[in-house]
Amino acid sequence: MNREDFPMLKQDIIYLDNSATTLKPDCVLNKMAEYYKEYGANAHRGDYDISYKVDLEYENVRDLVRDLINAKSKEEVVFTSGTTESLNMIVNGFFESLLEAGDEIILSTSEHASNILPWFRIARNNGCIIKYVNLDDNYYVTLENLKKVITPNTKVISLAHITNVIGDVRPIKEIAKFAHENNIFVVVDGAQSVPHMKVDVQDLDIDFLAFSAHKMLGPTGVGVLYGKKELLEHLEPTILGGGMNESFDNENAVILKSLPTRLEAGTPNIAGVIGFGAAIKYMNQIGYDRIIDRERYLRNYLIEKLVRIPHIDIINLESDSGIVAFNVNGIFSQDVAYYLNKYNVCVRAGNHCAKILKNAVGVTNSIRVSISFYNTESEIDDLVELLKNKDKIMKEML
Amino acid sequence: MDTNLKKEIIMDHYLNPKNKITTDDSRYVKVNTNNESCIDNLNFYVLFNGDLIEDIKFDGEACAISTSSSSIMITNMIGKTIAEAEEYINNFEAMINEEKYNSDILNEANAYDDIYKQNNRKNCALLPYKGIKKAIAEYRK
Ligand SMILES: Cc1ncc(COP(=O)(O)O)c(C=O)c1O
Repeated sequence: MNREDFPMLKQDIIYLDNSATTLKPDCVLNKMAEYYKEYGANAHRGDYDISYKVDLEYENVRDLVRDLINAKSKEEVVFTSGTTESLNMIVNGFFESLLEAGDEIILSTSEHASNILPWFRIARNNGCIIKYVNLDDNYYVTLENLKKVITPNTKVISLAHITNVIGDVRPIKEIAKFAHENNIFVVVDGAQSVPHMKVDVQDLDIDFLAFSAHKMLGPTGVGVLYGKKELLEHLEPTILGGGMNESFDNENAVILKSLPTRLEAGTPNIAGVIGFGAAIKYMNQIGYDRIIDRERYLRNYLIEKLVRIPHIDIINLESDSGIVAFNVNGIFSQDVAYYLNKYNVCVRAGNHCAKILKNAVGVTNSIRVSISFYNTESEIDDLVELLKNKDKIMKEML
Repeated sequence: MDTNLKKEIIMDHYLNPKNKITTDDSRYVKVNTNNESCIDNLNFYVLFNGDLIEDIKFDGEACAISTSSSSIMITNMIGKTIAEAEEYINNFEAMINEEKYNSDILNEANAYDDIYKQNNRKNCALLPYKGIKKAIAEYRK
C-alpha cells in the first residue's frame, strides 16, 4: 500500500531490509528541500522572520514526538543523531556518575551493539558487573527469567523493546513495574519498536527511551532521547558548546540552559528534524494500526510459504514484527544474499550487530528479511520463488 | 579459463575444502582474519619449517568465495618457501586489483580473474591472503 509515495520504489528493486532503514516518502524529502529552499536559516536565533520560522517548524516536531510517545512534556524530548547517540548519552551522561563498583547492569544477549558497548565501557571503568537475562526456547525475554538474574545490586535494566534479529517484543510494561518496585532503572532501545507499534512512555512507565527517525520513514542522522524529566535534569551533557548554555564568564561560572536545549549543543540537524516531522505526520495519516496489520499480514504470508520449503530453516517462526530470519540449509547466508541481489532483492545477511546472540541461538549468521507496509504479496512471491530451488541458488550464487 | 570451469573449480573447493580442520598443535602459527564489511571469519594455522611453509589448515565460517579461495591458496602454497609464497600472494593481489600479473604461477586461483566485476566479493577472495600475510609477519617476529 502507498507505494506511489516512495520514489525508491520506482526502481526495479525488491527492498526487504526495512529493519536496517526504511525508504522515504516524497512528503519527507519535499519537506527537507522546503527548509533548505525557503527558510534555510539556523535555529534558536529568532531575530528575523525566516529564522523564527525555523524555530516554529523545529519545535513543532518536538510536539509531534511528544504526542507520538505520549511524553508528559516537550522538555522530555531531546533530538539526537540517532538511537546510538541517545543510548550513549543515557549511559555516559546519566549512569556514568551513578553506577559504582559492584553495581549490576542487566542486558540480554540479543541486544544491538549500541545497547551493549556503552555499558561494557562503564562496566570496565566503574567496576560494574554485566549480567544477561536468559532467553527462553523462542529466544524471548520473560519477566520470570529476568527476576532470576536480579539481585539487590541491580541498578539498571537496558533492553530493546523489539530486537532487530528476530523481532520479538519484550514485556516492557511488566518489566518496568517490577524494576521500579525494586528501585531499578529501565532503559529501552526503541529503534525497532517505535516504528512498528504504539509506544506510550507513561503507560510503560520507562525511564529512558531511544529511537531513530530513519527506521520510520524519516531521514538519517536524527534520533530521539526521551527521559523522565526528573532524570533528564541529572543527565550531564556529554557534548558542550553553542546553544546549550545561558552564560559563561569563567570555568566556574557556566550556566546551562533548561531542558531539552541543554542537551542539544551545536547546530542541530534542522532539515532532518523537520523531515522527521513530516514522516510522523505521514504515519499518523495512514494510521499505526493499519501499518501494523499490514506488516503482520505480509509476514504471515511469507512464513506460510517458507515453511513449505524443506531446505529453509526458519529461526523465528513466531514474531510480532515484520522480521523473518532464516537460513538455506547448507548455504552460507551471505552467499544467499549475493544470489538474491542478482535478482535485485535486497536482504541482509549476518549477525545483525548482535554478535553475542550467536551463543544463545547456536546459529552464527542468518538471512534477515524485514517487511514494511509498502511491500507487496507479489514481491514476497518473487522472493519465495527464488528460494524454492536450492540447486539454482548453488549454481548462481557465485 | 571458461566461466563454467571457473565455477566448477570454485564450487569444488567450496564443497570439499582442503585442510578445513582445526588444530591445537602449538607448532602452528595461528591467526584470525575477517572482513570488516561482511561476516566472513576464518582462522589460519600455518606450520613453518625454517624458510619453508610446511602445512596450512583453516577453520571458521565464510562464504563460498572466501572458503574456496582459502582452499585453493592452501593447495598452491604448501611446500613453497616464504619468498615463493610472497611472490604468489603479490600476483594474486595484482590479479584481483586488475593490475599486471603472471597467471602461470596461480594455477586454479586464476578462477577469480574476473571477480573484480563483483566489487563486494573482491575482499572475500583476498581474505585468506590477508591471513597468510599476517601469519608470515608473526613468524618473522
Ligand atoms: C535494536 C536496534 N538498536 C539500535 C540500533 C542503532 O540505530 P542507529 O544506527 O540508527 O543509531 C538499531 C539499528 O540497526 C537497532 O535495530
